[in-house]
Amino acid sequence: MEIAAENLTVRLGGVARVDRVSLILRPGELVGLIGPNGAGKTTLFRALAGLREPDEGAVRYGGRTLADIGRRTMARRLAYLEQTSEAHWPLRADHVVGLGRLPHRRFGRAAAAGDAAAVDRALRAADACAFRERPMSALSGGERARVLLARALAVESEWLLADEPVAALDPAHQLGVMERLHEAARRGIGVVVVLHDLTLASRFCDRLVLMAGGRVIGDGAPAAVLTDSAAAAAYGVTLARAVAHGEPLVAPWRRIDPHLERNR
Amino acid sequence: MSPSPPYAPLAGALAALVLVAFVASVRIGYATIDVGGALADLLAGRTSLGALVLMELRLPRAIIGALVGFSLGLAGAAMQGLLRNPLADAGVIGVSGAAAFGAVMAFYSGLSASFGLALPTGGILGAGVAVALLYALAGRGSATMTLILAGVAISSLAGALTALALNLSPNPYAATEVMFWLMGSLADRSMTHVQFAAPLLIAGWLMILVCGPALDALSLGEDTATSLGFHMARVRLLLIVGTALAVGPAVAVTGAIGFVGLVVPHLLRPLVGGRPGRLLLVSGLGGAALVLAADIAVRVVGVRPELKLGVVTALIGAPFFLLLLWRLRREA
Repeated sequence: MEIAAENLTVRLGGVARVDRVSLILRPGELVGLIGPNGAGKTTLFRALAGLREPDEGAVRYGGRTLADIGRRTMARRLAYLEQTSEAHWPLRADHVVGLGRLPHRRFGRAAAAGDAAAVDRALRAADACAFRERPMSALSGGERARVLLARALAVESEWLLADEPVAALDPAHQLGVMERLHEAARRGIGVVVVLHDLTLASRFCDRLVLMAGGRVIGDGAPAAVLTDSAAAAAYGVTLARAVAHGEPLVAPWRRIDPHLERNR
Repeated sequence: MSPSPPYAPLAGALAALVLVAFVASVRIGYATIDVGGALADLLAGRTSLGALVLMELRLPRAIIGALVGFSLGLAGAAMQGLLRNPLADAGVIGVSGAAAFGAVMAFYSGLSASFGLALPTGGILGAGVAVALLYALAGRGSATMTLILAGVAISSLAGALTALALNLSPNPYAATEVMFWLMGSLADRSMTHVQFAAPLLIAGWLMILVCGPALDALSLGEDTATSLGFHMARVRLLLIVGTALAVGPAVAVTGAIGFVGLVVPHLLRPLVGGRPGRLLLVSGLGGAALVLAADIAVRVVGVRPELKLGVVTALIGAPFFLLLLWRLRREA
């Protein structure tokens, strides 16, 4: 199933936060959606996940619309991880992960053995087994983020859209999560992640989509997208480049002060 | 954190508790009757004093106690799940008050005299408007303060309108009667009340109970719940209408019996691991047991005139509410 955004425009409060975006996302790819704060990444994400109806344009999933497919079927095929989600009740971590099995459950049926196995796999993949029986309220921010990622993985869908899944994590877990997402893409799952960490984005993603001001200003292989001019235009930063263990390394280096530039 | 007990035995134990309380409620009363003999008379169609007391007084009182208690406990758990706030209770947030006003309007307009279902219909309409208004003001997991303030506003408005209706009442006896009814009691209700309230209440229960998985999903927010395949607009509508159907007729029959929907889900939440879906049924059962037990208590303590059930639940529930607020404040 391919996800195709066709000339998508989403307005929030009259302002076009996503402005005529066209994208084709294919399974088996790890796509990083990058861009500065307010670029429209989350708004685009919500439209792609079918949570926000676009004001113009359409999103098609394998050629069909969400209305054709139905929300329930869609929920089994596409998992969405919210940027700032929290559990409102002191739920146990593994119960939260179990919520990811709801789309697979027939009404009134208890969880099946297959569900428990999927929850286990998801907890392992997100390295959250150690605190699976603790309530969410007793976990640290990073631990909670891993449980919520496990919740999205537990859906075992063909698509995973994750909004900043590594933002709250320490370096080891950031690398761990990126490796898992990369593996998932290799297995044929379509993975799209919003990232702020350009080093991780350029190292792990097969493809980067760079947004600024609601528009896509770069789309392609990391090296082709993260050019000096694109970084300057989108983020207002310079990039430092190196080669580490035979792999290219990119890191944001200096802020480009717009006033200084003008006065020079 | 202690592990929560398994769900089925917990629900079973609570159901057994309801049964025990129900039987006790039927056995305990002001007149000493032989319940077994009276039941035998009743089933055989013999008219005896015992059978009369059982059919006209004891059974309706116990059945209404169980039905209304279940409704209030369930509606409390449903509101808390929908608004994602542990302080949402039909009484606290003004739904019961609005239902009472709806029923009072049906009473004063004379509709209730000509049309039997006017009273519960008034209650349902009042409750429905209040829940919808609350959702508009304090939905989407907003802060506790917003919810409480919205509830205070709706309570005050419903209270003021009810007072206005009493004020304008041409008949002081009718006004007194309404005031006593507003205090909330299970005394002197009849099988007619059971017959008209039960189908509506049960319809409300079903609408709420089917939302269990959606409420579980909603604990991670609306976007996540939607992405898990739930039509949130439908879920909201089901819960709002279901709550109105569960609270409206209950208030129309018994008056306002507050705080059941606050206390019961709070006590049971740790036992279901905080899961809002699983809290629904057990809160209903817990509510039924609590209301039956409280109603037995008002008869056993022997204070004359009989204490109104709503007065007793408020006397226990309001300090509990303060305590809860105190604890939430410390956690924040």
